[in-house]
Amino acid sequence: MDYHWNWAILWAPSPDGNGTYFDMLMDGLKWTIATSVCAWLVALVFGSLVGVARTLPFKWLARLGDAYVELFRNIPLLVQLFLWFFVIPEMLPHDWGTFVKQLRYGPFLTAVVGIGFYMSSRVAMQVSAGINTLPRGQRMAGTAIGLTTAQTYRYILLPMAYRIMLPPLTSEFLNTIKNSSVALTIGLMELTGSARAMQEFSFQVFEAFTAATVIYLLLNAVVTIGMRMLERRVSVPGFNAGK
Amino acid sequence: MPMISIRNVNKWYGTHFQALKDCTTSVEPGEVVVVCGPSGSGKSTLIKTINALEPIQGGEIVVDRVEVTSPKTNLPKLRARVGMVFQHFELFPHLRITDNLCLGQQKVLGRSREEAMEKAMRLLDRVGLKDHAEKYPGQLSGGQQQRVAIARALVMDPVCMLFDEPTSALDPEMINEVLDVMVELAKEGMTMMVVTHEMGFARKVAHRVIFMDAGEIVEDAPTEDFFAHPRSERARLFLSKILQH
Repeated sequence: MDYHWNWAILWAPSPDGNGTYFDMLMDGLKWTIATSVCAWLVALVFGSLVGVARTLPFKWLARLGDAYVELFRNIPLLVQLFLWFFVIPEMLPHDWGTFVKQLRYGPFLTAVVGIGFYMSSRVAMQVSAGINTLPRGQRMAGTAIGLTTAQTYRYILLPMAYRIMLPPLTSEFLNTIKNSSVALTIGLMELTGSARAMQEFSFQVFEAFTAATVIYLLLNAVVTIGMRMLERRVSVPGFNAGK
Repeated sequence: MPMISIRNVNKWYGTHFQALKDCTTSVEPGEVVVVCGPSGSGKSTLIKTINALEPIQGGEIVVDRVEVTSPKTNLPKLRARVGMVFQHFELFPHLRITDNLCLGQQKVLGRSREEAMEKAMRLLDRVGLKDHAEKYPGQLSGGQQQRVAIARALVMDPVCMLFDEPTSALDPEMINEVLDVMVELAKEGMTMMVVTHEMGFARKVAHRVIFMDAGEIVEDAPTEDFFAHPRSERARLFLSKILQH
């Protein structure tokens, strides 16, 4: 292969006028982190609500939760982002649609909502599974000492379920970070988008994507280590979650 | 006035399987009643209907003058007054022993932390586990966990106690430490309904024995009579099997 490697390109000024190509990638990284963290929060909140709903003793609510999960899980993320970005604003009343289309951080907000809801369906699955893994007697024991359903979830079921769920939730968080790259299709200049721009301006495709790859790996390593530390911190003495 | 009164209770699982058939009995204050019978006879289901952990489709249950089956009844409030001990202990694994004992007191009875702790330590002392107060359930043996579970029920100052096979999940060498606590409790005059196969315990402390089979109360007799002259063939057969060893 006749490729001219030039790692010094990273320190060359980029045509966007905001410093070097490396700075450009770092800007992309910031958007990747911001998008992933915000989308993850959306996913955790909605995923938890829907996940809990699917385990409650009301059939209609469980069905509704199932429908939510199937809807957001079974449509490709890319299609969902396009729906949120291009289609939904057109379906809104005219003024609202214009307002949405003119939002300053439109691509970012759309990515947070789109990736957040998409991931929430997966979080919901994990939350329901975590709760259902607990012995049936735990719910009964909470009920038997007089706790209400809400209290039983708050003090007994959820604290254990989340501990059991931590390893799969780590994977879902990593998936959220990786999925944030899809947002480049709606114009968000996150890390992958920045790498592609760098390649387009500099023609140094290998350097651009090697750098992006390394940055993704480092970012995900940090998340993995952080989650491991969290797992250790909240581990229950004498109880091995997941065993 | 009986502490627990069960009248014509019927329960179905789904539409076909009838778990309880027209069960009627009552438990007087201070009385200890052992419920026995082959597995699947409905004995666990019966005692779980008493604090409405299992809903029923027909009949009436009254506990300490409160109608369990009435839709107006505040079930959490009622359950807080009925102690329950499960086969698999069901301690809350993420909470220290003290917190296992304080949770209900604080969240349901509204006691202060200090009050709840004091009560918890008193009960832990009584079941001989004061030294383990700061441990987690997973760090205790099965017998110890079940004694904690009994203490967790007692801190709520229950008017009666329900035991659902409290020793069935224990290793043989741990059964007695749990039965000892229950015997003490019975001696102090606690109203108890105990589902168990421990016929030695039944003989020693039960005032009455209820024998169930296929969802029916087949026999309901004073302990002496039950062991000496079981009236039904089914009870005789059950006793001959269980007392062989």
